Amino acid sequence: MERKGNILLIGYGNPGRLDDGLGPALAAEVERWQHPGIHVDSDYQLTVEDAGDIAAYDIVIFADASVNGKEPYFLHPVEPKPALSFSSHSVEPEALMHMAHTLFDGQTRGYVLGIRGYEFNEFGERLSERAARNLERALQYIGLVLENPQLLDAPQDAA
Amino acid sequence: MQDTQDLKRIVIEPVTRVEGHGKVTILLDEQNRVKQARLHIVEFRGFERFIQGRPYWEAPVLVQRLCGICPVSHHLAAAKAMDMIVGVDTLTPTAEKMRRLMHYGQIFQSHALHFFHLASPDLLFGFDADVAIRNVIGVAAKHKDLAVQGVMMRKFGQEIIKATAGKKIHGTGAIPGGINKNLTIEERDSFLKDIDQMREWSRGAVKIAKDYTVENLEAIAPFGSFDSNHLSLIREDGAMDLYHGNLRAIDAQGNKIFDQVECTQYLDYIAEEVRDWSYMKFPFIKSIGPENGWYRVGPLARVNACDFIDTPEAEAARKEFMAVTDGKPNNLTMAYHWARMIEVLHSIEKMHELLEDADLQGTDLVVKGERRPEGIGLLEAPRGTLFHHYRVDENDQVTMANLIVSTTSNNEPMNRAVTKVAMDHISGKPEISEGLLNHIEVAIRAYDPCLSCATHALGKMPLVVRLVDAEGNEVAKKST
Repeated sequence: MERKGNILLIGYGNPGRLDDGLGPALAAEVERWQHPGIHVDSDYQLTVEDAGDIAAYDIVIFADASVNGKEPYFLHPVEPKPALSFSSHSVEPEALMHMAHTLFDGQTRGYVLGIRGYEFNEFGERLSERAARNLERALQYIGLVLENPQLLDAPQDAA
Repeated sequence: MQDTQDLKRIVIEPVTRVEGHGKVTILLDEQNRVKQARLHIVEFRGFERFIQGRPYWEAPVLVQRLCGICPVSHHLAAAKAMDMIVGVDTLTPTAEKMRRLMHYGQIFQSHALHFFHLASPDLLFGFDADVAIRNVIGVAAKHKDLAVQGVMMRKFGQEIIKATAGKKIHGTGAIPGGINKNLTIEERDSFLKDIDQMREWSRGAVKIAKDYTVENLEAIAPFGSFDSNHLSLIREDGAMDLYHGNLRAIDAQGNKIFDQVECTQYLDYIAEEVRDWSYMKFPFIKSIGPENGWYRVGPLARVNACDFIDTPEAEAARKEFMAVTDGKPNNLTMAYHWARMIEVLHSIEKMHELLEDADLQGTDLVVKGERRPEGIGLLEAPRGTLFHHYRVDENDQVTMANLIVSTTSNNEPMNRAVTKVAMDHISGKPEISEGLLNHIEVAIRAYDPCLSCATHALGKMPLVVRLVDAEGNEVAKKST
């Protein structure tokens, strides 16, 4: 991956499963901004090869749909943590950060951006109304982070 | 028959380090003897209904929503079916080769991930090694080079997919009758730059799998193993062909049950049985019947069923593989890993061939034909033969979709493997340790099942093992 900026944003989830597509939807919108300070990636789920990409950046933001987290979104730092077992369906941000640090000697700081969704359990390519509103708020927040990345370490009060 | 209400029950839910989620239930009597062992698929099917009413040209993109593990396989199988719908029997060389490149990229990255990150902890440390070591982090700590290779091989395959399908999510590369882009010189050169390294790592992976199998043959030969039929696509000259071919089924001794059956005839040869305890169907060869007509698919079946592999290094590896069983089919469950790595080597050889072929820069991308009402597309997905079958009405809307995914074909073999391992390794043991339970999962992982794909559902949970007594009370619980 050609590095662009010092922030990597990975939006992940299945856009064919309603609000599970919040992560890719956020990634698609940020990609449209063409901001020089951020590289955007998007996938159905986090996978092991993301570890190498993550290691090349100062900051990585994992954007995912949240089933029951705070509305409209939450952000928290990710500490590298080894996973005892995983499948490629379920590589967690903590395990990826651990791989980035141990396998690829990265010093990357990681954050999870969980955008609250509500409808997940059927096939469909749309966001629920409430999820779409939460997405707008999350996008506003990413815009502010791009102006001032130190916001990532500020106490969160999204609502 | 003993009433299962009186038996002790072990539940492994879900099986870890497989692609998706499943649950194993083992019923024990009062002496801890195994009375029944089953792999359950607990979620639902719904995709065939979801796609009804959608325009046929959307199918190759929509089917990628089935799951995030093998979207490319569904994309290509649907595109092949839609080729038939739009009346196209032969693609342009550029379209055919771009699709093949995409497919080999998918096989390569999927197999590499499975071997280096999901299966290698069991092979490197032992089935019942300390669970704190027997994991991918343990591999990274002791064999950092292997862990990095797994990541980089996976990345290479994913980048091939991105370059041929257009993007990682909702790739649109394959369209009815062809492909919507070719490969640029810049893209080609970026892949050729790494190809020698990928070939070297692939050779190394074959060696690891071969050495493991040969050196541990006595121990792993009976492990979850049994004679079975094998089914795969085969090229007209008998060569392995992962993208296109006709159906061949052989029995455990290598005798042909049927051969060179055109994909459009699959319903004349394959049927599916429903059992009341599983949401997943059980396919079987019609001429033999459900009792004995079940079959294996995937790398083991493909290497067993083909007459040869048309790339030199993989063919040499295949000959070594077949020599272990004197040229007869290899029916060892754990031999899946060796066969899978032979396919990794084959895939990188094929990608190398394709990347040096100027047809990939061609501009003749799509062929048109006369509309047909029905389309059937088969290919060999990483986990085995994948069937896509559609009917389309005069308004271009899909009216019927039938999918048989690889893991469904391996449903009966996986259940037999679970039963065999439970009988051999758990039955009668006074205490059931985590290492013993992992033996069950080792057998399932050999098939690299995609349970999410098979059931078309999402969900993830930690591993939970529950011991329940005859009255239904939970007497022990273990989770990781």
